[in-house]
Amino acid sequence: MAADSSEYIKHHLTNLVYGQHPDGSWGFAHSAAEAAEMGFWKFHVDSLGWSVGLGLLFLLLFRMAAKRATTDVPKGFQNFVEILVDFVDTQVKENFHGRNAMIAPMGLTIFCWVFLMNLMDLIPVDWIPALASAAGIHYMKIVPSTDPNITLGMSFTVFFLIIFYSIKVKGIGGFAGELTLHPFSSNNIAVKILLIPVNLFLETVNLLAKPISLGLRLFGNMYAGEMIFILIALMFNAGVIMALFGGVLQLGWAIFHILVITLQAFLFMVLTIVYLSTAHEDH
Amino acid sequence: MDINATIIGQSIAFAVFVFFCLKFVWPPLINAMRERSEKIAQGLQAADQAEQDLELAKEKAADTLREAKQQAAALIEQANKRANQLVEEAKDQARAEGERLKAAAQAEVEQELNRAKEALRAQVSVLSIAGAEKILGTAVDQNAHNAMLEQLASEL
Repeated sequence: MAADSSEYIKHHLTNLVYGQHPDGSWGFAHSAAEAAEMGFWKFHVDSLGWSVGLGLLFLLLFRMAAKRATTDVPKGFQNFVEILVDFVDTQVKENFHGRNAMIAPMGLTIFCWVFLMNLMDLIPVDWIPALASAAGIHYMKIVPSTDPNITLGMSFTVFFLIIFYSIKVKGIGGFAGELTLHPFSSNNIAVKILLIPVNLFLETVNLLAKPISLGLRLFGNMYAGEMIFILIALMFNAGVIMALFGGVLQLGWAIFHILVITLQAFLFMVLTIVYLSTAHEDH
Repeated sequence: MDINATIIGQSIAFAVFVFFCLKFVWPPLINAMRERSEKIAQGLQAADQAEQDLELAKEKAADTLREAKQQAAALIEQANKRANQLVEEAKDQARAEGERLKAAAQAEVEQELNRAKEALRAQVSVLSIAGAEKILGTAVDQNAHNAMLEQLASEL
């Protein structure tokens, strides 16, 4: 029973991996050990597939609404889309103090995309993996935001943008000054030079903490949520009473999780906006 | 935690999606929304304007009505005055006509009177001669007593 359970959990937490085998050929990994042997050059096909699919779904729906957008009385789906656009636009206006046409569309993309990825968490954990194994696919992890590669991929893109805009707005000198002359500064030039390594260390940690915390916060929340769903799913095999109890727990956790997935999508968006706003601020 | 090339794939997908959203999703939506809010603002302004216009038109109508009333009152007054004037004129005319008629009648009466007096005077001399003849028993020479007779007649 215990071995079964740990096997079940492990199975649910294993990605479908496509990569380069140690012998040089490319192909799917048939076990976790085989996947581990592949090193860096491998892809989580399930995470990427669901992530890109959901992103395309978002863009398709919103593109449709954008094409049909009229200045007349909005109806149905256009209303829904406009509420989201207005919501993101308000957040950007409140939190972003520079001028950059990219921030608001990026906020919308992040919010909707992350929300859709998180939403996969509410689908009962066995449904799609069972369908996949019926189709011959052994591993299928359907919540992309429980994969650190996905969340860190997004947060490091944001990190890249932070550095890009910091240099663009403040110049290389200004950005370097920001990294080396704060938070400790002195009027004495010798002390100032002495303080540069200390400041650089602190500011680098500060800078790196942004993408890492941004990515890991989303990953951690979604991973923990999924883990609890998997643990609840284990109860369904442990007798009628446990299964009923598990059903109640599943319902409760799912309802609570609606809040979590929305909140995490919102947080990712707002923090991105705030970080980029800081990058645009010239002292 | 297994960090691998998935992170690169996700980064590329993220960049592409943001770019697509920036080019093809965000602008039409936000433009439509801005245009609509402008349209609504214009509509509200037009409604305000129309209300103001209505107020002005009402005022103007009231003014016109008041003016018309004043004019009508003036006209009626004028007409009344004219009527009174006409009546006065007619009265004056009638009075003058009456006076004239009265004067004419009086003149005629006087004329008649004078004529009667003349006639009487003429008769008086004859009658007094006749009377005197009766008294005296003789004929009275009219020529001889003409002076006396004429005095008598003029005394009448």
